[in-house]
Amino acid sequence: MANPVLEVKNLGIDFGGLTAVNNLNMEVYEGEIVGLIGPNGAGKTTVFNLLTKVYDPSRGSILLDGKDIARMTTVDVNKAGIARTFQNIRLFGKISVIDNVKTGMNNHHAYSVADAIFHTKKRNESEKRITEKAEELLKIFNLYDSRDIEADSLPYGAQRRLEIARALATEPKLLLLDEPAAGMNPQETDELMNTIRFVRDKFAISILLIEHDMSLVMNICERIYVLNYGTLLAKGSPDEIKNNEKVIKAYLGD
Amino acid sequence: MKGIMNTLFGKKNRSRTISFSLVILVYIVIEILMHAIRMPRLFTSLLVPVCCYIIVALALNLVVGFSGELSLGHAGFMAIGAFTAVAVSGLSASAVPNGMLRLFLSVVAGCIVSGLFGLLISVPVLKLSGDYLAIVTLAFGQIIKSLINNMFLGFDKNGLHFSFVTNEVSLENGKMLLSGPMGATDTAKISNFTTGIILILITLFIIYSLINSKYGRTIMAARDNRIAAESIGVDISRTKTLAFVISAALAGMAGALYALNYSTLQPSKFDFNTSILILVYVVFGGLGNINGTIISTTLLYVLPEMLRSLQDYRMLIYAVVLIVVMQLTNSSRIRRFADRITDLFRKKGEE
Ligand SMILES: Nc1ncnc2c1ncn2[C@@H]1O[C@H](COP(=O)(O)OP(=O)(O)OP(=O)(O)O)[C@@H](O)[C@H]1O
Ligand SMILES: [Mg+2]
Repeated sequence: MANPVLEVKNLGIDFGGLTAVNNLNMEVYEGEIVGLIGPNGAGKTTVFNLLTKVYDPSRGSILLDGKDIARMTTVDVNKAGIARTFQNIRLFGKISVIDNVKTGMNNHHAYSVADAIFHTKKRNESEKRITEKAEELLKIFNLYDSRDIEADSLPYGAQRRLEIARALATEPKLLLLDEPAAGMNPQETDELMNTIRFVRDKFAISILLIEHDMSLVMNICERIYVLNYGTLLAKGSPDEIKNNEKVIKAYLGD
Repeated sequence: MKGIMNTLFGKKNRSRTISFSLVILVYIVIEILMHAIRMPRLFTSLLVPVCCYIIVALALNLVVGFSGELSLGHAGFMAIGAFTAVAVSGLSASAVPNGMLRLFLSVVAGCIVSGLFGLLISVPVLKLSGDYLAIVTLAFGQIIKSLINNMFLGFDKNGLHFSFVTNEVSLENGKMLLSGPMGATDTAKISNFTTGIILILITLFIIYSLINSKYGRTIMAARDNRIAAESIGVDISRTKTLAFVISAALAGMAGALYALNYSTLQPSKFDFNTSILILVYVVFGGLGNINGTIISTTLLYVLPEMLRSLQDYRMLIYAVVLIVVMQLTNSSRIRRFADRITDLFRKKGEE
C-alpha cells in the first residue's frame, strides 16, 4: 500500500484516574476512507481531540506524513494538514454561511492588515479567489443558496454539511469527521455518503470518520477500527468487522 | 448601474452605506444651520465632544461587539491620546505654526502612543482565555489616570523639564504642558467640527475595511467559537490582540481630538466613569452594530446636556430615552424595516 498519511503509535490519555484511550495503534493511508466505531463512551471523540491537540496525549506519538505532531498546538496541527468537524456542532454562529467557509482559508491567502485597510490590489485579488473557492465548496455541499444567512439559522443537517465545507477550506491532507450523519434523515445520509466520496476524490484527501450509522460506515469505509473502553478491539474490512464475534458482543453488551 | 447599487445596498455593504451617508448628511445639515442662523453656544460646544465619543465608542465596539472581549479602560487610552497630543502640539507650536498640520501630527502621535500601550497590555493578557482583559483594562485605566495626575512637564529654551509627584519644574520663560492634577492648561484649541467628522469617517473606513477582510472574519470566528477557530488554524491571541490594538489606537485618536478642543483639560476627565459611559453607548447601540453605536452615542451624550434646563425631569427623560434607544437598535422588527427600505433602493437599481 501507499504511505500512511497518519500513523498513531501507542497513543494514550488519562483524565485523573480514568484512562480514556490506551495503547492505540492506527494508520490511515493516502486516499482512504477509514471508520472509527465503538459503543458510547468508547473514546472515539477523545481520539479526535488528541489528534487535533485539543488534549495533550499522556503517551505515544502521532505522525502526519512521518512528522511527529504530538507536541504541536491545535493551530499548527491544522496548518500541518488535519482538519475536523465536531460531534456537537461548532460553527461561527453569528457570521454568514459563506464567511464560515472563508474563515477556513485564512492561512492560504496572505495579505496584511494594511492591505485590508487600504483595499490594495493584493487584498482584492485574494478576496476574489477566496470568494470563488468558498462558493465552489458551498455548491458541493448544497449550501450555495443559503450563503448570506447566519450559520446559526441553518437547519441541523445543513449545519453539519457546513462544518465539513469549512474544514475542507483549510486544504487538509486528512479530514476527521465526528458523526457527520447524526440527526440526518436516510435521504440526507445517502447524499452525504456521495458527497464524502466525491470530496475524497476531488481533493485527493484521506478521511477518518466516527459514525454510529452502521449502514453508512459499512458502505463507504474501506477499513474500520473498533474501539471499546479506550482500547482497540478489532480492525479490518467492513466484512471482517461485521462478522467479528468480539465486536458483536461489545455492541450487544454481555 | 446594477454593480454600483449592489456595492452600495448589497446585504453586506448596506450598513456601511448607511453609516457614511448618515454622518455626511448630518454634517451638511449642521453646517448649513450654523451658517444660516446663529446656533446657541450650548449646541456648538457639543459638536466636537460628540465626534470624539462616537469615535471611541466605535473603537470599543470593535473589542466588545466584534471581538467579544470586555474592556473597562478605554478612557485610559483616550487619556494617553489626549495628553500625548497636548504635549506634541505644545512642543511643535513654534516649529509648525499651521494649526491643521499640527493637529494632524498630534492626532497621529496620540494614535500611535495609545496603540503601543494597547499592544503592551494586550499581548500578555490575551494569551490567556477568560475575562482577564476586563480586569487588566480596569486597572490600566486607573493607573494611567494616576500617572498623568502626578506628571509635571514643561519646556523652555533649555529644553524639556519633567518631574513626578511634586512639581519641581522651574522654567525660564517657558510653558507648562502638564501640571499634575490640573492637567493641560493653556492649550491651543485647534480641533474643530469638520476635523471631528473627518476622523469619524476615517474610523468608519478602518473598521469596515477590517471587518470585511480575512482579519474581520477571524476576529468574529474567535468570538463565536474558540475551539472551532483554532481547529481551522486561527491564532486566537493574535487575532484578539489585533482588534484590541486597533481599538486602542482609535481611542487615542478620539482623546487627541478631544484634548485639542479645550484650552484646559484635567486627567480626572478620563476616569472609570468615562470608561463605563462609553461602554453604555456601545451596549445600548447594540453589540457589533455600527450604526446603532453612532446613534446611541449621539443621543445619550447630547440629551443630558440639552435637558439641563429641565432640571428635575432631566434624569427621567434620560431614562426613557435609554429604553427607547435600546428598543430601536436591538429590535429585529426595526432592523427588518430598515432592510426593506434599502431593498427597495436595490430593486430600483436592478430594474
Ligand atoms: N475532558 C475530559 N475529562 C474527563 N473525562 C473525559 C473528558 N473527555 C472525555 N472523557 C471521558 O472519556 C470517555 C470517552 O469519551 P468520548 O467522548 O471520547 O466517547 P465517544 O466514544 O466519543 O462516545 P460517543 O459515541 O457517546 O460520542 C468517557 O468516559 C468520557 O466521560
Ligand atoms: Mg463522541
